[in-house]
Amino acid sequence: MPKRGNAPIQGELLQGTLDLLILKTLALGPAHGHTIAYAIEHRSEDVLQVEHGSLYPALHRIEDRGWISSFWGTSENNRRARYYRLTPEGRKQLTEQTNRWDEIVKAINRVLRPA
Amino acid sequence: MALAKFFRRGRWDDERARELAAHLAIEIDANVARGMTPQEARDAARRKLGNTTLVREEIYRMNTIGFLEALIQDLRYGIRLLRLNPGFAAVAILSLALGVGANATMFQLINALRIRTLPVAQPEQLAAVRIAGDHPNRSGSFNGRHAVLTNPLWERIRDRQEAFSSVFAWASPEFDLSTGGESRPVDGLWVSGEFFHTLEVRPLLGRVLTPADDRRGCAAPPAVISYGFWQREYGGSASALGGTLTLDGNPFEIVGITPPGFFGVEIGRHFDVAVPLCSEPLSRGPRSYLDRNDGWFLAAIGRLKPGWTVEKAASHLRAISPPMFKETLAKYRAEDEKDYLDFRLGAIPARTGVSNLGDYERPLWLLLATTAMVLLIACANLANLMLARATAREREIAVRLALGASRVRIVRQLLAESVLIAVAGAGAGAVLAQWLSRVLVASLATQNDRVFLEVAGDWRVFSFIATLAAATCLLVGLLPAIRATATAPGDAMKAGSRGTTDTRERFGLRRVLVVAQVALSLVLVVGALLFVRTLRNLVTLDAGFAQSDLLIAVLNFQRAGIPDVRMPAAHADLLDRLRHQPGMEDAAKVRNVPVGGSFSNRNLIVGGVARPESVNFNWISDRYFRTMSAPLLAGRDINERDTATSPRVAIVTESFARVLFGGQNPLGKTFQIDEPPGTPQPVYEIVGFARDSKYSDLRDPFEPLVYVPATQNEPPGSTLRLVVRSRLPLTQATSTIAALAREIHPSIVVEFRTMQSQVRDSLMRERLMATLSGFFGALAALIATIGLYGVMSYMVARRRNEIGIRMALGADRREVVGMVMREAGRLLGAGVLVGLAASIVAARAASTLLFGLGPGDPLTLLTAAAVLGAVAMVASYLPALRASRLEPTEALREE
Repeated sequence: MPKRGNAPIQGELLQGTLDLLILKTLALGPAHGHTIAYAIEHRSEDVLQVEHGSLYPALHRIEDRGWISSFWGTSENNRRARYYRLTPEGRKQLTEQTNRWDEIVKAINRVLRPA
Repeated sequence: MALAKFFRRGRWDDERARELAAHLAIEIDANVARGMTPQEARDAARRKLGNTTLVREEIYRMNTIGFLEALIQDLRYGIRLLRLNPGFAAVAILSLALGVGANATMFQLINALRIRTLPVAQPEQLAAVRIAGDHPNRSGSFNGRHAVLTNPLWERIRDRQEAFSSVFAWASPEFDLSTGGESRPVDGLWVSGEFFHTLEVRPLLGRVLTPADDRRGCAAPPAVISYGFWQREYGGSASALGGTLTLDGNPFEIVGITPPGFFGVEIGRHFDVAVPLCSEPLSRGPRSYLDRNDGWFLAAIGRLKPGWTVEKAASHLRAISPPMFKETLAKYRAEDEKDYLDFRLGAIPARTGVSNLGDYERPLWLLLATTAMVLLIACANLANLMLARATAREREIAVRLALGASRVRIVRQLLAESVLIAVAGAGAGAVLAQWLSRVLVASLATQNDRVFLEVAGDWRVFSFIATLAAATCLLVGLLPAIRATATAPGDAMKAGSRGTTDTRERFGLRRVLVVAQVALSLVLVVGALLFVRTLRNLVTLDAGFAQSDLLIAVLNFQRAGIPDVRMPAAHADLLDRLRHQPGMEDAAKVRNVPVGGSFSNRNLIVGGVARPESVNFNWISDRYFRTMSAPLLAGRDINERDTATSPRVAIVTESFARVLFGGQNPLGKTFQIDEPPGTPQPVYEIVGFARDSKYSDLRDPFEPLVYVPATQNEPPGSTLRLVVRSRLPLTQATSTIAALAREIHPSIVVEFRTMQSQVRDSLMRERLMATLSGFFGALAALIATIGLYGVMSYMVARRRNEIGIRMALGADRREVVGMVMREAGRLLGAGVLVGLAASIVAARAASTLLFGLGPGDPLTLLTAAAVLGAVAMVASYLPALRASRLEPTEALREE
């Protein structure tokens, strides 16, 4: 299904990157685990393949830090599902971590492609 | 926060399970929508989600505090194991409870006696004043349990010392509450005015005594009573204040009550009534010690000034001593005078109070060592059992190690069981100790010697018990656990297959443990035998008189208003009437009742030469020897013609003749008493020759003893001590004597005890040692025997194959029994050898407590070794017999 022929990346996500992606996904509105997994795959144009199982420990960890909160709701096709939503603290973290990410990318680029 | 999560981790897990299930359902829906068959949809969804159990475990782990989780798991596992094996658990916990309980009991007593400080403010500032040196050679009259100073000395110390911010003197007399008839003794205190102020004790009600109450010649002094006495006598009623108390016939007004925790400064005693020292002459009348330079009855304690140490106070007291002793010199013989002038005062710490239970200190430490050994033996035994259990689980452990369990984790799990046993054992032991120490203290008290030792546990006892629990746990559990996990899994899985026997190395530890058990228990059995034989020697020894049917009556004539000169006649009158009462076989007066702890001695001049040794003296009436059933060997008894004005006569004992006359017949020979210069020294003629008799203490060897008529030269006294031989029932005899005393004067106070109870009380320490060490010795031997039995049974079980092969090859039953017994014999022999050597060393610590035998007594050592050996061999014979009854075919067919 990859549209541009890029090989999917699996299980090699940088430590903490998954957390950032989850936060970004939830910034658009509350979602349950399944939606989050597909949203990440979809928006990365299927380059980033999330192993669904590994999503939940990450969700648990982030919730534990108080960046997201959860509640039980009903999914689009009428199934009970646990929804997550961003807390104000999470929103702040998203901004901070996005900036940090940009810095890291810039730094890595400076190493890889010296001017 | 983390802890809250920890406890909710189970619910969390359920929640995650539901969430993951929901995820799966949604994914399946999506897959079906994409056109997959339901089966395909489900499989694909599962693949996509991955291992849900792993996910849940990962989240579960995030919620746990790893250490706590593992601990709870291990403890649960331990409890399960113990419940699977209730017999083992019961034996293990019971043996540890006994061991810990016995140790804690001894420690509690030692703590109460020697370690705990007085319950007063800053006890570390207290120091006791006394004459320096271990046994200053003092002469004169002594009275009370702590006769350290005389009143003239005390008054000078009080007025001249600069080391203490305040200092007090005290004595602990016994007062009589009664106004006549049978005595009602209470524990009293004579205290100088500064007593309560120095100790900083404030009254619970009313007021305490002050220096204003303690003025020489006080006529109507006040009294302060203890909380216990207040509760007992007045039911805790406030109306006790202002009431009047009759002590030795004198009225005292109660002005205050001390707080509950305060018992005085003497460990092991509780005072009932404290009165000012100035009231001493009211009790003692003309025999008051207050102005006697040779009347020792006081002790003194001071509170150090800030910045002063006990050493500094001691050197200060030393410096101010010489004039004090010069000024207070009494009429002494030349040598005694020199000794007295050489005395110097000193000071010792008094933070733990003062005690005359010092006799029990050495026994208690010895008993603590004994109980420690019992605990060690019990631990060795449990360790052995645990080793056997761990060996039985070797394969299980090997499998778990092979599957990747960490060694530390398995050791911890094995340890959990011993932690549980140790904690349960120590807990039960602590409870047992409370009860045991109370029983022990109660058993220390005798009719004349009330002992109150506060044995409640404090932080020291608690930490002692906790340390014991930790130590036992490590001893019992750690070694077997490490051992069990040390084998390479492969070897363990292979072992147990056909034909293997236990390797020497693995079995070695258990042998060492058994040898140690046998050795330790032999030490205890030797100790027990030494103490039991000591008691037996004392009980069966010939005291020189017949102890049964002998009653001791002490009559106090002080309040009868009889002048001193007429006292002997009053005493003689009562004695005469008593002898004519029906049922009274005989009666006699004696100043110092044998085995009663009191004694008198004098220095003699024989043939004009002053003898260096002091000789025991006793003052008796006629028919003393008949009353004691100790007929004279030669010569005559004292009779009514021996009066104050007739020539002085004496009856001497065999030892006297041996020591002072070189074994010649003493009859007709003479001696003089070496009195201070200026005092007449009349000549005594020896008219009677008596058998040797024990005097103040049953434990003393027979010493030279002189009996002189009470009518000649007896120091004056208002107390009449009688020995009465009667076959009447005790209550009938005592009521007869009490009625007689009342007839003569209603204010005469009478006190009774039997000679047998007096002897029994005097052997309290020996009885205690014999009973307790006997019990511990038997316990130790029992545990060690069980240990040996266990190891031998185990060895037989492990060598079934080998024994089967031997029998199949023609070994007969006797050879098999012999093989097992030889093995047991080797262990036992090694243990006995080590134990004998240890016993000889250890028994030296007990040598001062023994009587009639030495610490290395060969008969005792041999008996102990033989008894222990015999019991142990019987215990090993059972497994040997079982081995010999093996059916070779069965043994070989197994496995």
